[in-house]
Amino acid sequence: MDSASLYLFWTFGVFAVLIFIAGCYCILLSYNLIRVLIGVELLIKAVTLLLIVAGHLSGHPALAQALVITLIVIEAVFITVAVGVVQGIHRINGSLNTRLLKELKG
Amino acid sequence: MQLNIFILICLLAASVWTVMTRSLLRSAIGLALVSAILTILMFNLNSPIAGVFELSVCAGLISVLFISTISLMEALTMKEVIDRMKERLRRFWLLPFIVISAGIMLSLFSLKFNLSLPLPEEQMDVRFVLWHARQLDVFAQVVILLAGVFGVVVLFAERKKEG
Repeated sequence: MDSASLYLFWTFGVFAVLIFIAGCYCILLSYNLIRVLIGVELLIKAVTLLLIVAGHLSGHPALAQALVITLIVIEAVFITVAVGVVQGIHRINGSLNTRLLKELKG
Repeated sequence: MQLNIFILICLLAASVWTVMTRSLLRSAIGLALVSAILTILMFNLNSPIAGVFELSVCAGLISVLFISTISLMEALTMKEVIDRMKERLRRFWLLPFIVISAGIMLSLFSLKFNLSLPLPEEQMDVRFVLWHARQLDVFAQVVILLAGVFGVVVLFAERKKEG
């Protein structure tokens, strides 16, 4: 790997890690279920960014795009089902506060 | 490269704003903004088809899902908004400092590894890769979509009246 590619990979990698940190922070410190889902979305964005850069640098952009398309499909299905679960929780509890979800205990 | 770094900085700023903003609606809009900026990067990195998927599905469909869910929730009173804003500020003020300090530390860290890359492929089309080299992925996508459909059907099924 030449130095220009290494620099490009390192630059994108640093930003992907920083977005990942922001997503983890959101998941860990949010009490609202929708914000937790938004944090998960940010984690997926960081992974998508890394996949695209890896495909670009390795000379396999088509393979990387195929993987990213699969990831987007999984992401869309996951978010759809998770939003359904969130709406169900809101219908039952009247709140999306994770501290009030006590039904799952025990 | 300078343009890519500028776009990356915008992407990071949009991500931090998405996490820190007090309004859920603004968070959802921020997430759509993150997807749109990521799409620009994908176009710059020779991945236009994945970029189109990202823009239409992530910036479009998923944002609509989030916004429609938020619209179903009841609005907060002004006192609740102020209280929650203070509480959020108390919990999230540290995030920009963590991101900036982690960025400085990572950029100072020198790379010692050398990745051995595979030989570049011939100019293959993403459609060829997806339908011929990654057929199992397509099958898995269909299965996951069906699982999602069944999940939503079960979640929103009308409950039968007891007795």
